[in-house]
Amino acid sequence: MSPILFWLFTALMLAFGVSVILNRDPVASALSLVASFLCLASLFVGLDAFFIGVIQILVYAGAVMVLFLFIIMLLDLKAEKRRSFNEFALVGGAAVSALFVAGLLKVLSVFPAGAQPFPALGVAKLDDVRLVGITLFTRFNLPFQTVGVLVLVASIGVIVLSRRQLK
Amino acid sequence: MNPLTLNHYLLASGLLFSLGFAGVMLRRNIITIFMCLELMLNAANLSLVAFSRFHVGTDGLPNYNAQVLVFFIITVAAAEVAVGLAIIVALYRARQTTHVEDIQSLKF
Repeated sequence: MSPILFWLFTALMLAFGVSVILNRDPVASALSLVASFLCLASLFVGLDAFFIGVIQILVYAGAVMVLFLFIIMLLDLKAEKRRSFNEFALVGGAAVSALFVAGLLKVLSVFPAGAQPFPALGVAKLDDVRLVGITLFTRFNLPFQTVGVLVLVASIGVIVLSRRQLK
Repeated sequence: MNPLTLNHYLLASGLLFSLGFAGVMLRRNIITIFMCLELMLNAANLSLVAFSRFHVGTDGLPNYNAQVLVFFIITVAAAEVAVGLAIIVALYRARQTTHVEDIQSLKF
């Protein structure tokens, strides 16, 4: 991936991430989150993970965010006007985040592999979807089936949770 | 311009994670808190994909185990969003609020 594209998409991703936190209107937050995920998908594509990039757009920027917007509009949430940020949470959140980033910088400064550039791929054309599929259906077949059961349980659970209680 | 290294991606991922964490701490609206949780999950995905691309095996291919893990994370996150939003709808029906400060029944 060209470094210019990396910096562009990373800056956009982080800017929209800040916008998710700072917007008071939940609809604006959700749309910023979509934009942030689109930039993240382009970072995935830049890392030669084409399948994951497409899944990111389809599942996150598509299905999950439609669900978020649907719920926001169903509940008819208004922008929070009367409430301000809690000072304790503001200081605590900023302090822990800053500590986390400082710790990460310290670790990365002594991580020898981190300073090396990415090695070139040994193939001219990458069959990304086929290779992910082979790994998924051979080595990780049992977890894949288990995840299918999980999705079934989740969808039944959602129906049970969201139906009206009949007295 | 310097070539990209693994550190660039790990730092971007860490910054995205800390943004999500700060959002969970700062925001009082439960739906926005949920969105910030998604940001944190995606930050983890970014570092996994970066490690996958960095670890080119002897066959000249990226390590696909990490990408399969990202696939599972996305699946589980989608299921989690569906269940979480159903719980939020049920909560809104019972209490008519989505502000965490208004929900204090379990507070000691």
